[in-house]
Amino acid sequence: MGDELFQAMAQSVIDGEVEEAQRLAREALEQGIDPLEAINKGFVVGVNYVGDQYAAGEMFLPDLVLAGEAMKAAVGVLEPELARRGTEREMLGTVVIGTIEGDIHDIGKTLVATMLSTAGFKVYDLGVDVPVPTFVEKAREVGADIVGVSALLTTTMVKQRDVVEALDDAGLRPRVKVIVGGAPVTQGWADEIGADGYSEDAIGAVALAKRLVGAE
Amino acid sequence: MVRRIKSISDPRISLNILSPEDVQRIHTATLDIIESVGVRFPSHKALDIWEAHGATVDRDTMVVKAPGHLIEEALKKAPPVYTLAARDPEQDLPLDGNHVYVGTDGCGVQVIDLETGELRRSRLQDVAEIARVADYVEEIAFHWTPVSAQDCPPHTRSLHEIRVIWENSTKHVQTESIYSEEEARAAVEMAAVIAGGKEELRKRPVLSIMQCTTPPLGQDGGSLEAALVAAEAGLPVGFMTMTSCASTAPATLAGNLVVGNAEVISALALIQLAHPGAPVFYAAAQTAMDLRTGGYTGGGPEDFLFGGATNVLADFYNVPLSMGSFATGAKEPNWQAGVDNSLSTLMACISMSDMLLGVGLLHGSRIWSYEQMLMDCEIFDIVYHMMKGIVVNDETLALDVIRAVGPGGNFLAQKHTKKHMRELWVPQFMDRRPYSEWEKKRDGPRDWAREKARKILATHEPEPLDPKVSAELKRIIASLEK
Ligand code: B12
Repeated sequence: MGDELFQAMAQSVIDGEVEEAQRLAREALEQGIDPLEAINKGFVVGVNYVGDQYAAGEMFLPDLVLAGEAMKAAVGVLEPELARRGTEREMLGTVVIGTIEGDIHDIGKTLVATMLSTAGFKVYDLGVDVPVPTFVEKAREVGADIVGVSALLTTTMVKQRDVVEALDDAGLRPRVKVIVGGAPVTQGWADEIGADGYSEDAIGAVALAKRLVGAE
Repeated sequence: MVRRIKSISDPRISLNILSPEDVQRIHTATLDIIESVGVRFPSHKALDIWEAHGATVDRDTMVVKAPGHLIEEALKKAPPVYTLAARDPEQDLPLDGNHVYVGTDGCGVQVIDLETGELRRSRLQDVAEIARVADYVEEIAFHWTPVSAQDCPPHTRSLHEIRVIWENSTKHVQTESIYSEEEARAAVEMAAVIAGGKEELRKRPVLSIMQCTTPPLGQDGGSLEAALVAAEAGLPVGFMTMTSCASTAPATLAGNLVVGNAEVISALALIQLAHPGAPVFYAAAQTAMDLRTGGYTGGGPEDFLFGGATNVLADFYNVPLSMGSFATGAKEPNWQAGVDNSLSTLMACISMSDMLLGVGLLHGSRIWSYEQMLMDCEIFDIVYHMMKGIVVNDETLALDVIRAVGPGGNFLAQKHTKKHMRELWVPQFMDRRPYSEWEKKRDGPRDWAREKARKILATHEPEPLDPKVSAELKRIIASLEK
């Protein structure tokens, strides 16, 4: 019975049960269920539920992150079959994100990356202390729509401008949009360096990214 | 004209927060983690030191696994007592376990302008002006670089900052904004100019350095190398963990303490291995992640408990503690700021944390407010008075006076009253006026604090720094700017 399986899939995401989500994904494959359908009618339903509950203040950030992990794990199981059928899951866009060179603050950047990925973006997280050229190379390599640069220090924030300029020089802008954030960063700073967007938090970053790729 | 420094000593109230068995369990668990999981030290210099002392070093992951006895023996070399020296020796701060000193908070990025009230980016002039006000205020014992001089070049910014603090104050300077070897070398050189030579500096460290660890279970390479340079020169060096329940540490408080403790004691052990006997301190500002936003909270019951508990750990290792308090997440000086900063400070003081950091910043250490600065000082003053406790003796029982007044009557005209009334607390900023007066003026603590800050800035002239010394400091900085 597909419906029950779909429900169980949604529930595994809501509970943040990574192994259970993978098991259900394998079961779907064994039953010959279309993997895209498993994602859209099963796992995504769970993600959306958690998102709504989070927005309502009933669920918390760890719920959201674990739901994202379960979803990612399930999609990982389904991916080979998706590829075989030529029915790649449609993503909202591709994002390259990292914390700029000289800066090791990790939490906010990772949160933004997780939320973007849960919202349906393909995300490449370059980690912390990322040199300016690495942003450019990765953006070119994966055909990024958006480059996200996090900086939490006033001394490293100035290099956000370098990323904007380097993407200009590489001829990747204006196609590739640059978004910035972090403790000392403000909308005023984003405007000053010619970035395409700023957000003060991860929820805002998702809305911003969606707007920039025309998904909202 | 020496300005007195107000510090808590001879406390008469105490706290029972971690039992000796609790501390032993946290310590054992910490050593287990350092030995079996390891701590990341992303600096080849640091890894070389660990390797030379027999720790297991993975050069790829830069993770160090050190046996418990290595850590314990290294920590035993740390001096339990030493002094933070000031430009003015009368303002020296002995870290002897019997004093609690307050500093300004550090590295803010925006300032609420004292004249216009507008929120704007911080600059060098702010560092100088805040230092001048802090020089005047007796609750403030030492400086942290309060905000960042964003109008100075990034690679010498931290040096301009300490220069203008010295130019505006005779009190001890501690910085958290030096995290590269090059800057640390220049800072040591500058401090030696202030102290009157390298050897004098070793005896009278007018500068101390605070670094952050990188939770979970990591250090920052630049910070480590800067700390090694400072320790070699005899400057006191501290490592601060900011482990956060549910994001960079377990959700449980004890687990948080273990992760943070592993970071701090492994870093302090490294310094002792490299420079045995160098003055070091434990530093901490643990917290719990805000469950809704993932944000840094800077307040709440977990922070307050950490504030009370951490000095028990630092005492166990017999090193001074610098504890984060006054760390409110409030956006302006308001109820939240009052609650956060009072409770965090009370808890950290009751356990006699040696240094408290620090007054003046809002929004999770991001926005400088002079009003908050002075109101935070008043919070400390309240705690200062509470820590004197209730003294019970013949004089304080005052039986003769009670007999003299008898039932009814009052104590206003008693000599005993006049003798002791100044022991009672008198606020600067609490509003205790009649309602009608408030109704007429509609002003309050924030307005009075702002007025006081303006007045200090307009009138206080700190003991000037010898222009030759100042020029020498500028020369050292300029040599890095070529
Ligand atoms: C936790 C913390 C640390 C931890 C980080 C742990 C880790 N694993 O990441 C540790 C202890 C390691 C640390 C180290 C240091 N820190 Co620190 N740190 C903080 C603190 C308290 C909270 C940061 C945080 O995690 N917040 C929670 C997350 C969820 O929020 P967030 O990072 O702001 O991210 C959100 C938004 O900004 C936004 N966002 C973030 N990135 C991006 C990117 C994009 C593209 C977008 C759209 C949005 C976006 O969305 C995020 C999610 O909502 C801040 C103060 C503060 N209140 O911000 C200081 C702070 C940033 N640190 C500061 C400093 C000075 C340091 C050190 C230099 C101290 C030292 N001497 O060692 C070192 C840095 C060394 C280095 N080379 O980087 C200063 C910087 C100020 C300045 N003037 O530059 C601050 C402001 C505190 C202060 N006043 O001292 N720090």
